[in-house]
Amino acid sequence: MSRLEVSSLTHVYSVGTPFERMAIEDVTFTVEPGEYVGIIGHTGSGKSTLVQHLNGLMKPTSGAVLLDGKNIWERGTDIRALRFRVGLVFQYPEYQLFEDTVYRDISFGPRNMGLEESEIDSRVRWAAELCGVDESLLSRSPFELSGGQKRRVAIAGVLAMQPEILIMDEPTAGLDPRGRDEILSHVQRYHKERGASVLLVSHSMEDVARQVDSVLVMQRGRLALRGSVREVFSKTEELKEMGLSVPQVTAVFARLCAAGLDLPREVFTVEQGVEAIRKLMIERGILA
Amino acid sequence: MKDITLGQFFPGDSLIHRFDPRVKLIALLLYMVELFLVKTLFGFVFMAALLALAVLISRIPMKLMFRAVRPLLLLILFTSLLNLFYTKGDTLFRVWKLTATWQGLELGLFMVLRISLLVLSSSLLTYTTSPIMLTDAMERLLSPLKALHVPVGELAMMMTIALRFIPVLVEETDKIMSAQKARGADFESGGILKRAKAMVPILVPLFISAFRRADELAVAMECRCYHTDGERTRLKSMAMARRDHVLIAVMLLLIPAILFGTNRVAFSIIPKTL
Ligand SMILES: Nc1ncnc2c1ncn2[C@@H]1O[C@H](COP(=O)(O)OP(=O)(O)O)[C@@H](O)[C@H]1O
Ligand SMILES: [Mg+2]
Repeated sequence: MSRLEVSSLTHVYSVGTPFERMAIEDVTFTVEPGEYVGIIGHTGSGKSTLVQHLNGLMKPTSGAVLLDGKNIWERGTDIRALRFRVGLVFQYPEYQLFEDTVYRDISFGPRNMGLEESEIDSRVRWAAELCGVDESLLSRSPFELSGGQKRRVAIAGVLAMQPEILIMDEPTAGLDPRGRDEILSHVQRYHKERGASVLLVSHSMEDVARQVDSVLVMQRGRLALRGSVREVFSKTEELKEMGLSVPQVTAVFARLCAAGLDLPREVFTVEQGVEAIRKLMIERGILA
Repeated sequence: MKDITLGQFFPGDSLIHRFDPRVKLIALLLYMVELFLVKTLFGFVFMAALLALAVLISRIPMKLMFRAVRPLLLLILFTSLLNLFYTKGDTLFRVWKLTATWQGLELGLFMVLRISLLVLSSSLLTYTTSPIMLTDAMERLLSPLKALHVPVGELAMMMTIALRFIPVLVEETDKIMSAQKARGADFESGGILKRAKAMVPILVPLFISAFRRADELAVAMECRCYHTDGERTRLKSMAMARRDHVLIAVMLLLIPAILFGTNRVAFSIIPKTL
């Protein structure tokens, strides 16, 4: 498994034209092997630009991306091979489907890797199963599927490459709560089963709090905060200033504490919240 | 992809940017006609100097202007070579069976200057006028044709929509390309057949999304009862100012200046002794 380092990364769009724009500036962080990292930030804060550097789709204006200590833009590095190790699922990935069957679409990545036919077949079936794409759908056209199904097929297309580092750019945007939970559980399963590092770009503080080990907060192209879920979400005021928030349940518990109830402040998921309240009720003899 | 400069608009607020787009269009047409009236090297130098002055005022970087000519370089070179060898006149030099002439050299040079100035002047217009303003200007200039049942409004509307969606499609192509590259697609290597095949993963999603957008736009327009035959008011009205009148006057005065001025200046590269 690999270690991903980003060092003083800066990207300027349209250099030398009136449209010149600094999208990310001097960003430095490390993702340890097997770590699950959330990336949050306001729209336009540079999240998508940042993640496209990690698999060499964009070239840094300055700074470097290092995989296992090796600069990915060093001479002689095979950037295509790198993209099989660092898998990237774009925002609205369903718009990239193009094959006539779901099966062939999922097999596009593995086929580009030059794998054997039998290996391709087992990977396609494995990825489809992992992403909840039913066997019966494999022979259908991807364009006949529902939005949520298309999304899962597109994600399976990247997972079938079995990347060591999986990056997802807002994978749940525009889905209903059930579709969102399903996608996140597939990603969680991939993370656990393969021990892969995952970077999840998300708008939803709830999703981030529930899924990840640590959080990166982007603000106007800079890395504003970096820490564990607990560290980041305890900085309510700072997040508010950046136009972000803490998970709703955290805000609720802050109010309950302020009202004088003896509850922990550091509650980030609904499950933790339920547990804390249950404990309080038992203490007070309301619940047995 | 991002470097497509064809007709790219560079916002600014120079004098050239502020001229009424209709007037700019007419001025460009006049300039082009005048380029065909010019018969002497002196005339071309004069016309080039005028354009250079306009570019300076517009503050469009010269580098950018020349980028516009680059795609046509081959064509320009080819036509001027044809002129060089296929014009009858006094021998300059011989290669194999071909004879280059002084007259051919001059004609070739004129051709290079004429095409370059044509391209440069139209680029200046598109660099300093937003595409939407341009179509708007065209619609207004052509509106008398409505009397002849030419669907000027519809044509302008289609043009505006097409222009409006070019950047969208470019961005979309970029995105889809990146997404397929992330799955290991390879657009850079292989023979022509392999490269053509590699385009399928881009073209299919691109067409699907273009059709979807067209459909959505049509529905949205219908929901607002869009009709081309009604009289519409505009968000931005165009009004001519004094500077616009001056520009037209200057461009018109150039015609006699060329016919009776620069065309009579005996200033040629052909040696007198021949
Ligand atoms: N292709 C592009 N060309 C120019 N500017 C861009 C491009 N893509 C994004 N930007 C700009 O870069 C900034 C960061 O964008 P992005 O990385 O998409 O942010 P996020 O994903 O956090 O919403 C934004 O201000 C955006 O306008
Ligand atoms: Mg984004």
